[in-house]
Amino acid sequence: MGNEQPLVLLEHAQKAFGGTPVLKDISLEVREGEVVAVIGPSGGGKSTLLRCLTLLETLDAGKLAYGDLVVAENDPNGRAAYAGKAVQKEAKTRFGLVFQNFNLFPHYTVMKNVADAPLHVQKRPKAEVEAEARALLAKMGLAGKEDMVPCELSGGQQQRVAIARALALNPEVLFFDEPTSALDPELTQEVLKVIRDLAAERMTMVIVTHEMSFARDVADRIVFMDGGVIVEEGPAAQLIGNPQHERTRAFLSRYGQK
Amino acid sequence: MEFATMMELLGSGFVFTLQIFLTTLVGALPLGVVVALARMSRFKPLALLARFYISVMRGTPLMLQLMALMFGPYYLLGLQMGNDWKYVACSVGFIVNYAAYFGEIYRSGIQSIPRGQYEAAAVLGYSRLQTFMKIVLPQVIKRILPAMSNEIITLVKDTSLAFVLGIMEMFSQAKAIAASQVSMVPYVVAGVIYWVFNFIVEIILTRVEKRLNYYHD
Repeated sequence: MGNEQPLVLLEHAQKAFGGTPVLKDISLEVREGEVVAVIGPSGGGKSTLLRCLTLLETLDAGKLAYGDLVVAENDPNGRAAYAGKAVQKEAKTRFGLVFQNFNLFPHYTVMKNVADAPLHVQKRPKAEVEAEARALLAKMGLAGKEDMVPCELSGGQQQRVAIARALALNPEVLFFDEPTSALDPELTQEVLKVIRDLAAERMTMVIVTHEMSFARDVADRIVFMDGGVIVEEGPAAQLIGNPQHERTRAFLSRYGQK
Repeated sequence: MEFATMMELLGSGFVFTLQIFLTTLVGALPLGVVVALARMSRFKPLALLARFYISVMRGTPLMLQLMALMFGPYYLLGLQMGNDWKYVACSVGFIVNYAAYFGEIYRSGIQSIPRGQYEAAAVLGYSRLQTFMKIVLPQVIKRILPAMSNEIITLVKDTSLAFVLGIMEMFSQAKAIAASQVSMVPYVVAGVIYWVFNFIVEIILTRVEKRLNYYHD
């Protein structure tokens, strides 16, 4: 297991917006079954990192690979060159993304939100997809809500639908972009519980979060990002309990131990 | 003239009115999508061309556009168009004009869909066409329905402009009867029929709006 190639590999990633560097030489590996939490101040590059990993943004330079699929690699000039459409499409089947503000399709029922992509993107048989979607929704505590539309659900329920939607494509790794930032504390807990359950099943996950105690509990490894670089990373308990870097300590004390 | 005879003449005119109305919708509703997409194209020459087209269509009278289509082939190119050319000119004129207005309404709707919808679709692997047809367009339709209702109701009344082409739609009929009978009654009756027609259009559009009310965002 140990020397197998990582599910996600990012090497020397760089990204700038209009001349302002947002990611400066970021490298990150995620192995099967690992839960990685990414923490750090706003504007530190966490969301951009996720957006580059999920192909919503393109890297300026660096290498990105999903297992054996190399999505982007530096050309001789040191600029990231992306693989063709087919490779990118294949890569997209290997990850899922849960957004901060859910981004459910408001005109689709809960069922259709979850089942539509497996049916019409992966073109899997209807009976199988629907049975699986039902099971996923039940696991998310949403049994009986299949025929509702998102606006009839609470924020926490909507986010759990979004998690089910991402899982329905059977991704190898699931990314979360501040999944509870739009929720009040009570709804936050119900979403965090679902993520904890997934972690217990050894689902590979990368979670950008501001919930420090959650990060400490659920993550195997925490990455602290600030100013477009990974300042420090390490086992969760160690990074939070005994941070090595001054910036990490300053950030953690500002955030308190909530 | 008997009232029944007048109603018969106005009725035969209404058939043309209805034809112009339906032809325009069938042609301009889809063409408007093309106009909107061209107007938003990242290929600059196409976007500029669409802007120019919309500007001309909205910036000159529809009556003038109809006449240009009617007489342009002869006066500009010396072409003898047949007797039925007026129907072609009428259909093309209305469709091309209304597609410009519809296109701008579609554009406002398309641009109001949050980026997150596109991003969610992209991450789930939807193709660009699937994203537009399944995710964006249905939401756009709900958002633009009030504005579209306005245009559609205007269209009912605009069909009367076909009188400049000598098409015997309801307004032309009313005019002809009024002239021969020296009476205002045909105008009043035509007015009532336009209003009743639009009343039905309103009921249908309200019903569609209600049906799309099963969700809000």
